[in-house]
Amino acid sequence: MSGEPPYRGALPRPTPETRPYWDGAKAGRLMLPWCKACARPHFYPRSICPHCGAADLEWRQASGRGTVYSYVINHKPARGFEDKVPYVIAVIALAEGPRMLTNLVTDTPTPEAIRIDMPVEVVFDAVTPEITLPKFRPVEAPR
Amino acid sequence: MSGLRRKVAIVGAAETDRLGTLPEHSRLSLHAEAARKALADAGLKPSDVDGLFSTVAGPNELSEYLGIVPRYVDGTGVGGCSYMIFVRHAVAAIAAGYCDVALIVHGESGRSWIDMEAPGTPASPAGQFEAPYGVAGAPTSYSLPVLRHFHEFGTTKRQMSHVPAATREWALLNPKAIMHKAGPITPDDVMASRIVCYPFNLLDCCLVADGGGALVLVAAERARDFPRPPVYVLGSGEATAHRQVAMMRDFTTSDSSRVASADAFREAGLGPADIDHLMLYDAFSFTPMLFLEDLGFVARGESGPFVADTSKRADGRTIYPTGPGGKLPMNTNGGGLSYCHTGRYGMFALLEAVYQLRGEAGARQVPDIETSLVHGPGRQFAAAGTVILANR
Repeated sequence: MSGEPPYRGALPRPTPETRPYWDGAKAGRLMLPWCKACARPHFYPRSICPHCGAADLEWRQASGRGTVYSYVINHKPARGFEDKVPYVIAVIALAEGPRMLTNLVTDTPTPEAIRIDMPVEVVFDAVTPEITLPKFRPVEAPR
Repeated sequence: MSGLRRKVAIVGAAETDRLGTLPEHSRLSLHAEAARKALADAGLKPSDVDGLFSTVAGPNELSEYLGIVPRYVDGTGVGGCSYMIFVRHAVAAIAAGYCDVALIVHGESGRSWIDMEAPGTPASPAGQFEAPYGVAGAPTSYSLPVLRHFHEFGTTKRQMSHVPAATREWALLNPKAIMHKAGPITPDDVMASRIVCYPFNLLDCCLVADGGGALVLVAAERARDFPRPPVYVLGSGEATAHRQVAMMRDFTTSDSSRVASADAFREAGLGPADIDHLMLYDAFSFTPMLFLEDLGFVARGESGPFVADTSKRADGRTIYPTGPGGKLPMNTNGGGLSYCHTGRYGMFALLEAVYQLRGEAGARQVPDIETSLVHGPGRQFAAAGTVILANR
């Protein structure tokens, strides 16, 4: 018998156009769809480029680097997050351009410790055998 | 100005008898009571309605419940501003001759949650890219743009705390406001209330209640045949840009709010300086601040200093710039923050504009007004709707 309680947070159900993203996350890679027509990436993954309307897309691995565009510190948890409060929901501006909503993983979820535009990097949280959620953590300042 | 300016008027307006926790009401019975009262206000009955506009109950559900067969139906559902957009659509439908009597109905069991729909599926974009990160309803999504605005413009939490305090002043003058007897609050009280989702404390957040409201619109040329003073639609606008808050192009401005309000001002032939009374949907303290900027009532980044620019009355009581006695009367029913918020609040903002323009607002009546602007978001700054109304 495993001592691990089942994960209770909301889980994504991948769709055909998002499946490569979730497969990538499971393998420890942050994948972005790029448009072959206008050479720009987008997020979340769609079957059409939201910049130019073309449908000729390809998947490329992202750098996993970005900055905090904005964030909140939530004290009223969603289901499955009861033991995590307060937790940080952040929107990250990826180095490649698109923004994504995620959690900022930090031991200090305080306004003093989290700066807008601070650099962050991706980490992968395998919450179930099927689903891995890309999250981000502050990049340690060079000593 | 366009050909639809002042072509259609609101001749019936009502909210449900009570607002708050109403376990005796279902989602549909709230719609029915609001519809019945607004039609009575216009001297009409359900069978007179030939255009039906509703979203929390779809037009098919509602036509069945009311026993009517409208020949124009609109179930636009883009969040709380759907009702402003319905006014715009009703203007077009009446002007086109597609219907003569338009009934716009809202009802929502937002607190008791009786016959309310389930949230979206785990396969939807929000289900895949928001929900797994512990996004827990509006307080976690409406809050996300705020710190970016603070960062770019130096806006402060203290400035933002003036909005709930100003809005409470209006609720103290409105017997139907849920917080009518709750007493005044100060910016300090807002900042000292329980933290919900930083940067929002409890008093930064709207109420959660059950209630409903409805409007009846007809062609302006016959508006004087109805019992109540007509309120004319001078202009309107609508837009939608995204669904998830993280997809907002720039967290310091709403594209849809700028598009919708610009169209409304253009159609009305008016600008912000011509507006006597303002209803800016206040889901949270910050929400109307962004709209003050996007609609041009203040310059970009200036909403913080604007809302915090208070003065003192002779008796020592604070006058807020958007409160009673202030230079820009805003959210005079007490707003979503202190009057009522069911989930999709836009109808209530429209109703207050109508009451004010009719001169029926009692102790909170803003004197000598001719124009009112109603603006709101759909979901988190994703969609927007604007309506400019006048009493002459």
